[in-house]
Amino acid sequence: MQEESWTEVIQPRTRLLDLGLADVWRYRDLVMLFVRRDFVSTYKQTVLGPIWFFIQPLLTTITYYIIFGRVANLSTDALPPLVFYISGVTIWNYFAQTLTATSTVFRDNAAMFGKVYFPRLTMPLSIVISNLVRFAIQFGLFLLIWLYYVVQTDAIHPNWLIALTPALIAIMGLMSLGLGMIFSALTTKYRDLAMLLTFGVQLLMYATPVIYPLSSITNPKYKLIILANPMSSIVETFRYAFLGSGTFSWAALAYSAVITLAVLLAGIIIFNRVQKSFTDTV
Amino acid sequence: MSDVAIKVENLGKLYRLGEVGTGTLSQDLNRWWAQVRGKEDPFAKIGEANDRTKKGSSDFVWSLKDVNFEVKKGEVLGIIGRNGAGKSTLLKILSKVTAPTTGKIKVDGRIASLLEVGTGFHPELTGRENIFLNGAILGMSKTEIRAKFDEIVDFSGVERYIDTPVKRYSSGMYVRLAFAVSAFLEPEILIVDEVLAVGDAEFQKKCLGRMKDVSVNDGRTVLFVSHNMAAVQQLCTTGILLKNGQLFYDGEVRKTLQEYFAMQKNVFESDLGSRTDRKGTGLIKFTSIEFYDSHNQPIYNIVTGQQLSLKLKFENNIQDKKDHNVRFDVIIMDENENMISMLTTFYQHNNTYIHSDSAYYTISIPKLPLSQGNYTLGIYCKIDEDEADWIMNAMEFTVEEGDFFNCGRVMPRGFGAVAIEHTIQLH
Repeated sequence: MQEESWTEVIQPRTRLLDLGLADVWRYRDLVMLFVRRDFVSTYKQTVLGPIWFFIQPLLTTITYYIIFGRVANLSTDALPPLVFYISGVTIWNYFAQTLTATSTVFRDNAAMFGKVYFPRLTMPLSIVISNLVRFAIQFGLFLLIWLYYVVQTDAIHPNWLIALTPALIAIMGLMSLGLGMIFSALTTKYRDLAMLLTFGVQLLMYATPVIYPLSSITNPKYKLIILANPMSSIVETFRYAFLGSGTFSWAALAYSAVITLAVLLAGIIIFNRVQKSFTDTV
Repeated sequence: MSDVAIKVENLGKLYRLGEVGTGTLSQDLNRWWAQVRGKEDPFAKIGEANDRTKKGSSDFVWSLKDVNFEVKKGEVLGIIGRNGAGKSTLLKILSKVTAPTTGKIKVDGRIASLLEVGTGFHPELTGRENIFLNGAILGMSKTEIRAKFDEIVDFSGVERYIDTPVKRYSSGMYVRLAFAVSAFLEPEILIVDEVLAVGDAEFQKKCLGRMKDVSVNDGRTVLFVSHNMAAVQQLCTTGILLKNGQLFYDGEVRKTLQEYFAMQKNVFESDLGSRTDRKGTGLIKFTSIEFYDSHNQPIYNIVTGQQLSLKLKFENNIQDKKDHNVRFDVIIMDENENMISMLTTFYQHNNTYIHSDSAYYTISIPKLPLSQGNYTLGIYCKIDEDEADWIMNAMEFTVEEGDFFNCGRVMPRGFGAVAIEHTIQLH
């Protein structure tokens, strides 16, 4: 019998590093349609529609300003509090929302995943993209406020590191994607993790310099914890680039990038393993 | 290039029964430890064949085990079996929704599967948006969908509502639109599960027609799972029969169906001797009801319009040598226990007499007028003036759609409970 050429072989396990990215590329139209679906379905039948994109970060910023700035009197590194908080909120929200949304991919789509095959990676990818669009809009809001301060006052000093912004966003996005995939894969079997994640994300925010500047942490033990958090250098760099105050180090950034890549790789591997049989357990 | 589209080798799927969540962590660790040491999965060994009627001792069950078969290109394969035989599991593995536990499937060509119509339909999106979304989920590219868009809308017949969110659709419109998208998939291999059981009779016919088109005219390979044996017979060229997760028969569709009906044999030959839910003096006692076709062969599937005969055997306890006046009734009831009709000696010209050496009686039906559905038979016997034997629910049987009027069309249940022979003339 001659050598047979099969287009596909369905078998119990694939190789560990078979990420199936070519398959995802073939389904790229689907990714974009999912993004579109997310937007349309979120704001259908709401009066304010996409204006909610602005209201959310604005209200959060104002709340933080009142609670952390006025009531608790936390330092903002001599920066105008409004722009300080909104810079942190904008970039942190992107991470937190993407992570929470991707972490429930398997559970939320169990019915659909149980009926038809398409590369499951398209789903978290589409979430990352639709959150990126959301982030872009909120980033626009931040830029408006930021521009006001740049023009009207000399409290903030942006510098050339602004050029790093795309890299920062990419690291954020990939980190949340990787973590989200790990969680979504594990929650198919252990639902407990879903509970853990909701407040885990909240706790993580306090371990990231979102509502306080890194410089205000003097206790070396705490500082170590915060520096160990790969999100810290992203938020700090972002703030340093746009506002001109804070800490910046290539080493910390490189550390974040390496951790992100490792998490992402682990995420894809775990995700791909679980996607093959999760319908039996979910 | 070989002409095999799908080759299934030693396919097996192990399922865990009972609650998932208790003890899973320790089992997972056990399994992982076994894997690390290069040993076999400790839980795979204890799985047993899938027979849901028996209570097994193990928590693990082989929903499919050692299944081997091949599907040639252009073949239309019917997958049949009773509930729980493993059909759905096989389809799920073929459609890559879940992975097998053992074995592999080699595929040549792009697969699209329809385990359900309208997967991923979002109620807030319009018909148009859902066509694109659903099409993409099923593996079509945007360009492909755009090219077929008009055909899809046309086939579904919901053109007027195409820009309305589908949550405002009637359920019929929803299903039509959903099926229409699937109907225009163009993979080399199509896997279909019972989706034909949707919509009204007219639309079902349209769907069947489209399915036939796909297989006959386009020469695509189709795998079709259904409980509708008439549809399987009509569409498929070959069939496989699954039983308790194992391949029971593999061959030509007619033979496969025969095997299937033979497997169901007990349903069409009722053993009544041991029944206790009966009344009467017991002068005679029914022991069995059997169905035969026009050639006096036992039959296992009953179809509307079929010629058939019933043989009712009984135990004769008549001691004397006299002729006794006897009345035999067979009562036909539908699923809701409405009496549909009665087959009885009461309608014969002369009285019927029974002797001590009588052992069975037969009823012949030249053309069965019952439409598709489930029925119950009750049997009754009166000798002289006394009730001799009376079993209310002697047996249940199913009638399948058939071509009563010899017009090339089957009579669907939706067209009424019985068929009446008639002619129509225009003057």
